[in-house]
Amino acid sequence: MKIHIKNGHVIDPKNNIDSKLDIFIAAGKILSIGQAPDGFIANQTIDASNLIVCSGLVDLSARLREPGEEYKARLASELQAAVAGGITSLACPPDTDPVLDEPGLVEMLKHRAKQHGLAHVYPLGAVTRQLQGKALAEMSELYAAGCVGFSQANEAITDTQVLWRAMEYAATFGFTLFLHAEEPFLAANGVAHDGEVATRLGLKGIPSAAEALALASILRIAQETGAKVHISRLSTAEGVNMIRAAKAQGLKVSCDVSVNHLHLTEHDIAYFDANCHLKPPLRTQRDKDALTAGLKDGTIDAICSDHTPVDDDAKIAPFAEAEIGATGLELLLPLTVKWAQQENIPLARALSFITHAPANILAVPAGSLTLDSDADICLFDANEYWKIDAAQLKSQGKNTPFNGFELPGKNKYTLVRGQIVYQS
Amino acid sequence: MNNPQLDTDGHLRHLLSIEGLPKKILNQILDTAESFAGVTEREIKKVPLLRGKTVCNLFFENSTRTRTTFEIAAKRLSADVISLNVGTSSQSKGETILDTVDNLIAMHADMFVVRHAQSGAAHLIAKHVPPHIHVINAGDGRHSHPTQGLLDVFTIRKYKPDLHNLRIAIVGDVLHSRVARSEIHALTTLGVPEVRVIAPKTLLPAQVEKMGVHVYHDMNEGLKDVDVVMMLRLQNERMSGAMLPSAQEYFKTYGLTQEKLALAKPDAIVMHPGPMNRGVEIDSSVADGKQSVILPQVTYGIAIRMAVMAILAGGGVQ
Repeated sequence: MKIHIKNGHVIDPKNNIDSKLDIFIAAGKILSIGQAPDGFIANQTIDASNLIVCSGLVDLSARLREPGEEYKARLASELQAAVAGGITSLACPPDTDPVLDEPGLVEMLKHRAKQHGLAHVYPLGAVTRQLQGKALAEMSELYAAGCVGFSQANEAITDTQVLWRAMEYAATFGFTLFLHAEEPFLAANGVAHDGEVATRLGLKGIPSAAEALALASILRIAQETGAKVHISRLSTAEGVNMIRAAKAQGLKVSCDVSVNHLHLTEHDIAYFDANCHLKPPLRTQRDKDALTAGLKDGTIDAICSDHTPVDDDAKIAPFAEAEIGATGLELLLPLTVKWAQQENIPLARALSFITHAPANILAVPAGSLTLDSDADICLFDANEYWKIDAAQLKSQGKNTPFNGFELPGKNKYTLVRGQIVYQS
Repeated sequence: MNNPQLDTDGHLRHLLSIEGLPKKILNQILDTAESFAGVTEREIKKVPLLRGKTVCNLFFENSTRTRTTFEIAAKRLSADVISLNVGTSSQSKGETILDTVDNLIAMHADMFVVRHAQSGAAHLIAKHVPPHIHVINAGDGRHSHPTQGLLDVFTIRKYKPDLHNLRIAIVGDVLHSRVARSEIHALTTLGVPEVRVIAPKTLLPAQVEKMGVHVYHDMNEGLKDVDVVMMLRLQNERMSGAMLPSAQEYFKTYGLTQEKLALAKPDAIVMHPGPMNRGVEIDSSVADGKQSVILPQVTYGIAIRMAVMAILAGGGVQ
């Protein structure tokens, strides 16, 4: 199958491409950008006039809910949702049921995901068994089974001795630990940012200090052990400052922010909107501004969807009892484009946060249009506005705080290994 | 976002929280209650405003006073009343809140009076019910207890009619108190110039001052020259642990005694939403003393609840 993508505006931050060029694909690989190779005869030509052509997106955090929670979502639905959103590679956290702490489970997940032939799935294995923060999971075995890094999902490692050993062990093999910074005692039973909204609504708060305290431990131990650490879903201004300082000190630390937190604050909870029950909690305008500033100055490396599909019933409950999370695979692109427009950030720079940068963090071959690499490509119209209709999302989870929003950035085609896997 | 309590014409559709209600509606409720206060003193304590309607008391959390006064209020309006202690039946069998509500709607309930341990439960039900059904929040978690807030200002108005000239202190566990939140909103909306909260830092929620109150940690300073002292209940489980070391120490520092009350204005009134912990937040001599209006609060609670139900049912008599 040979494909010619014609007249598109190609943006590839990694290779510094930002201009109108044609792309030529053969045998699933990117054969040439610009000039047609000698004798190239396309089986199919895609007219990309008015479209942006970029690498398929890379998502650092997408829950697929398999194994064990198929009533919330399934690989089939979520991988369809991923490619509908232009995402061609994603990392999934280990908080499935059972937890991804055994090589067999990881192999099974990889195998099943591959059968769909849609987005590439890169599991993150559990750092500790059952995510309990006590005994280390078999990281080396899990790596061999296909894990690209190790995570505790939303769980903390409270015991600093265990955290220290986990980092030492991961550093031995050069593995990256993906950690969510939230001190669990201070955050216990909390459901919203500990501020004026939680006070008004009578919701138990999670203070910003919970993030700062956890970060302080993680960064200090990372410094001692030399471990590579990625902080998942930073949420506070103070957290951004701490990461900035850690990077200046030369620590091997990276971090991401969920796209939800670039658009929403505690005030969006309004009258107990359970779709705004997220982890970390939505924080203040000041925090939101600091997260954007962190992306602009390079403190924050990437934007993730934090895709967390939840079944309808689990959200129809009083706020504190409603299950945490928002669906996000199909919204990562439009929300990032919208954010970039609002903040006057060049599209190429914005796309780097959802392509090249996350691919680098995962150390996977994705996120760019490099010659001879897999033709994982997303073609979208940056200026077409579309209305988010939760019921129409491909994801089994319809839980989104953005239902009814008009957003720019409509995905038109997604290619994985040179195959058109999505066309709108 | 639309205020879920009001219909498109700005009339009260549900009573979920004091917050977000205009002064006009609060006054309408208080004035209507004034007219009902007379009914409760008549020989035949009934008016036919809710005849043929079914009021359903849906209590997912236990209550005696609130449930009973709602029941009496509904009966005085000639409604049929069903009271369910759901906490002890369906919920323990795993039925969701909305399933319970749907079943009662199928039995033609017209109005729900809801209490639940989680903040936002009444909002959830209000969002779910068809347009002809009204929901009254009788307490949701730490969030709101609007009829209590209203009966408290009703009581204050009885003793101190000029709300624009008052200094009021709310004392105790504001952090966990839906009553305190409702009182604060009611008082600030109705134009009370100075509302104070007095509590140790462990019992105050974050940024409470953004609700429009002055924060005090010392009773001697906070009670000085106030016209009204509103005490809050301290739950047993908070009396010792990480919030407070002991009930004794709490009584010494924040319990209302005659001595501390003497710092307030000589004609200050003392209020408490009940149930009281005598010797913990309030001394018996104060609770039963001449400045206490704690029992009148209970009586006025009936008139307020009648007023709210009558207005929701479209019969806001004047």
